[in-house]
Amino acid sequence: MKWRLGDVAELVPETPKVSSLILEVPGWLGHRAGQHVDVRLTAEDGYQAQRSYSIASAPEDRRLGLTVERLDDGEVSPYLVGELQVGDKLELRGPIGGFFVWEAGAGPPVLLIGGGSGVVPLMSMIRHRQATRSRTPMRLLYSSRAIEDVIYREELARLAAGGDGLEVQHTLTRSQPAGWTGFSRRIDRQLLTAVTWPRSESPAVFICGPTSFVEVANQLLVEDGYDPRWIKTERFGATGG
Amino acid sequence: MQQSELKVDGNAIGGLLREIFALEMTVAQSTCAGCGKVDALAAADVYMNAPGVVVRCPGCNSVLMRIVKAGGRYWLDLKGVRTLELRE
Repeated sequence: MKWRLGDVAELVPETPKVSSLILEVPGWLGHRAGQHVDVRLTAEDGYQAQRSYSIASAPEDRRLGLTVERLDDGEVSPYLVGELQVGDKLELRGPIGGFFVWEAGAGPPVLLIGGGSGVVPLMSMIRHRQATRSRTPMRLLYSSRAIEDVIYREELARLAAGGDGLEVQHTLTRSQPAGWTGFSRRIDRQLLTAVTWPRSESPAVFICGPTSFVEVANQLLVEDGYDPRWIKTERFGATGG
Repeated sequence: MQQSELKVDGNAIGGLLREIFALEMTVAQSTCAGCGKVDALAAADVYMNAPGVVVRCPGCNSVLMRIVKAGGRYWLDLKGVRTLELRE
């Protein structure tokens, strides 16, 4: 798999710490919803640092979109969110991964559970569903610390209002704005029960987020009788680094 | 995904494995030599903060693989994997 140079065509601020990078990548052969890319930065002295970032765009989109959270002690993300400019080049390879992937079709209902920037590959699935006019019922449970940390907030609200079978539920674990009607705590059994599909539907489940978040959600679902084979997970570490 | 330096999973080493193997490896089914658990490599526990990458069985925590890339070479220890089933 070779490294390619993408052109940064657009930068979209999503939250104070998160931006989407919209890239034109010559020779890009497309991707499946849920896959990621490796991004490599090379310093003037030749030192290289490499990280993986989920693809946020739909396979049907003309340009490749990544969404990156800036971690202040990170090696790569502070450059991608803060220094990178439109017109710059970015070295990447992919698409990578074939496990954490959803394809629109005649499959079972889908449950997406995202914590923080773990929503990014799930957004690719949501956008893929939208782009293909799929009517597969899909629910997203999205956990953020506070309302200002919610990535894709307006797009998710607009898509969920479309009434075509996409439902979005938020939980805000640290602070909630006045009049908040969503959930206000970390994921627990009762909260999951409010969003899960009945076991009889054999749903497809995708969970992505910090390792502990994913492990808790996965375990609760299995304890509730979900078949582990229905559940695909992607754990990106302690803080999402 | 946006990986940090601590415990992640096999999704995070998809790119590294593609440098070595011709096929997409995160969907490969590996059988743990320790406990016999069969799972996709994507579901394995992966530690990237060591000098190399350590892949552990999510069932019994034994080491499945160790991968070190340094000085223009790859060094693979696959002793903990009894079998790997790859999709064409």
